[in-house]
Amino acid sequence: MSAAIASNWSGIGAERFEQKAVTREPTWVKWLIITISLSFFALFLLLPLVAVFAEALRKGWEAYLAALVEPDALSSIRLTLIVAAIAVPFNLVFGVAAAWLIAKFDFKGRQLLTTLIDLPFSVSPVVSGLIYVLIFGLQGWYGHWLSDHNIKIIFAIPGIVLATIFVTFPFVARELIPLMEAQGKEEEEAAIVLGASGWRTFWHVTLPNIKWGLIYGVILCNARAMGEFGAVSVVSGHIRGETNTMPLHVEILYNEYQFSAAFAVASLLALLALVTLAIKSVVEWKGRQVAAIQ
Amino acid sequence: MSASTRRILPGFNLSLGYTLIYLSLIVLVPLAAAFIKTSTLTLEQFWTVTTSPRVVASYRLTFGASLIAASINAVFGFLFAWTLVRYSFPGKKIIDALVDLPFALPTAVAGIALTALYAPNCWMGRLLEPLGIKVAFTPLGVLVALIFIGLPFVVRTVQPVLEDLDTEIEEAAASLGADRWQTIRRLLLPALLTGFALAFARAVGEYGSVIFIAGNIPMVSEITPLMIITKLEQYDYAGATAIAVVMLMVSFTLLLLINGLQTWTARRTGKVR
Amino acid sequence: MSIQVQNINKRFGNFVALDNVSLNFPTGELTALLGPSGCGKTTLLRVIGGLEYADNGRVLLEGEDASDTHVRERQIGFVFQHYALFRHMTLFDNVAFGLRVKPRKLRPGETEIKRKVHDLLNLVQLDWLGDRFPPQLSGGQRQRIALARALAVEPRVLLLDEPFGALDAKVRKELRRWLRRLHDEIHVTSIFVTHDQEEALEVADHIVLMNHGKVEQIGTPQAVYEAPATPFVESFLDLDDHGPDWLVAARLRRKGYALQPVSEHRSAA
Repeated sequence: MSAAIASNWSGIGAERFEQKAVTREPTWVKWLIITISLSFFALFLLLPLVAVFAEALRKGWEAYLAALVEPDALSSIRLTLIVAAIAVPFNLVFGVAAAWLIAKFDFKGRQLLTTLIDLPFSVSPVVSGLIYVLIFGLQGWYGHWLSDHNIKIIFAIPGIVLATIFVTFPFVARELIPLMEAQGKEEEEAAIVLGASGWRTFWHVTLPNIKWGLIYGVILCNARAMGEFGAVSVVSGHIRGETNTMPLHVEILYNEYQFSAAFAVASLLALLALVTLAIKSVVEWKGRQVAAIQ
Repeated sequence: MSASTRRILPGFNLSLGYTLIYLSLIVLVPLAAAFIKTSTLTLEQFWTVTTSPRVVASYRLTFGASLIAASINAVFGFLFAWTLVRYSFPGKKIIDALVDLPFALPTAVAGIALTALYAPNCWMGRLLEPLGIKVAFTPLGVLVALIFIGLPFVVRTVQPVLEDLDTEIEEAAASLGADRWQTIRRLLLPALLTGFALAFARAVGEYGSVIFIAGNIPMVSEITPLMIITKLEQYDYAGATAIAVVMLMVSFTLLLLINGLQTWTARRTGKVR
Repeated sequence: MSIQVQNINKRFGNFVALDNVSLNFPTGELTALLGPSGCGKTTLLRVIGGLEYADNGRVLLEGEDASDTHVRERQIGFVFQHYALFRHMTLFDNVAFGLRVKPRKLRPGETEIKRKVHDLLNLVQLDWLGDRFPPQLSGGQRQRIALARALAVEPRVLLLDEPFGALDAKVRKELRRWLRRLHDEIHVTSIFVTHDQEEALEVADHIVLMNHGKVEQIGTPQAVYEAPATPFVESFLDLDDHGPDWLVAARLRRKGYALQPVSEHRSAA
């Protein structure tokens, strides 16, 4: 499902189309197409983004800042950072291991495994949260055992972390698998022939080659981990100051008609999204450079 | 160890073991839990839950709106990708980067932003109200949210195919008197369908960006994921799971379909992996 | 060092890559494994190097059974067809890699490494390129760096997989003469794989001709050329077999041979 999110290293200027007679439309057609598609872009993508910041600042800077330093807001920011700091490294290690396995070895079931890794992308976020409730919730398989031992997973941080790991599961792997497949395994073989150990080969030969793809995957994984709403909403229990991540805090404020405060917290998440897109563009540009000199 | 199972590069067993255990613990076992939980219901109970009028109304909205949104995205996403590949205009790089906004922007943020735009007395709402168009808190609002989250899927699947189109193919086609569109269509159709299917699949499961603008009026503007939440809030775990299983089966079917479409695209554009 | 392979078999699924191959490679000589693509020559090279495990049979290095020795311990130098240079390392670091990964006890000091790498870069006449990166090099230069990198660990055996396959015709001729001179200088037992008859005849001390996973003939270039042992060898070594397929086929028919898949080796390049 993630083909569209996968990186696009190509990117060629439009000049080659504009300079040739056959691939050039009449000027009025060109401007009509540009006008239609840019209006669509402005209406559906740009306007919502602008709305977030405009609504956040509607009551002025003081109210904006006050909404951000309010204790519940701060605790939601803290929780969001903690959850991402756990979920992203987990999926990073998994992504590298899975990509190594699928790109460097031939074995039965390789194709099936690749499809299974994609699975979480196709599951509705709400269902992603629900399945953990079924296992760890009070009515779930281990619910009684867990409550007897005083372990809280659902309506607590571990549940939020688990749901977040699930929804961000494929990001790093999806990015690395095609990249490592394209690079082949000759360089690794060369390192082994020269006497390098497996770890040495990985750290000094493989890792530098996949660096940009890795950063790319981590950036996207992190953005989704910090912004996940549906899955986290099911397992969190919405306990203020305890199990509220930033998106959940936005929801609560909004439902309490504290619109400016809701948009203030939301604007932080929107900034995160913009920073993510900026880094993503830089990484794509870097990757394109690397591809160009090779 | 027999010869065929020995491998030169290290880490096969380690990475295989780790991948399988992690995949099972995080994804496969929890997903299986949903199916096992449903089996506590009889077939009749399952049927009653998943075809109750309110749930059926939610299917109609979810799948209907997703279908319309994906179609609209297919048309405008294609035009947009065309614009990005074929024409130069100021600010193109920034606009290109912003296409991915729906991927990066948390869905809840998108949800409240769209609501703020389309609610009566707000930005767009005020413009549309005199025309008798109500967007927020109606099925139309659901559609708007699904267009928002689906757009990059179409743009990002069509864009690389358009970029790879060789100018010479079109020139050759033109010199033979063939319609330029015939050439483009042959290469583009699979990609466009893939983008459409991806946008549709994403829209069917979407929750965060929809619930704020939908208004969630029973029988009118409730989406299926919301029905799961509603059942959960009533502690009806079996009921919630039954609906979840219906959604999972739809997702898996779409996943298979998309895999097939992607293989087709790869073959048409000569990029077989 | 001498290399022997005994009764090597290797299958990939239903495809028989090596069919009971036994060979002796004399010490200090340069041997060519020659044959059309898919004849098993590269597989044999990889089995000798330890990059592939045979289904059965033995590889003896200096009379010792090395079949179960990991490639890391075989002390071989391997030059890959596409060079497999570490693309993010300078050429200096590429050549130094094999020295730097040695266990602490065996690892030379950094000054010693520097001296050695510069010697090797001089040997392949590229000392002035030490701080460039592989993508900045021409094909012929990459090939020479790959060779220097393989020689850095003082291998007992040097294995080269289609060493000139990816180069254009002119560079190819220069480089194979250069390889011949280099081998005369260093005298490491060497095996190289090629599908180019001219290349094998010009460079090698010995030629092993292979087809369909079997050895067809072994001998000096002169011997195999003057007295081909099988129709396959005759047709394969026929340097006149240039031209369109119908012409090649007609020539063969005139000599009274049933048609062999001779055109196969052309497409391999």
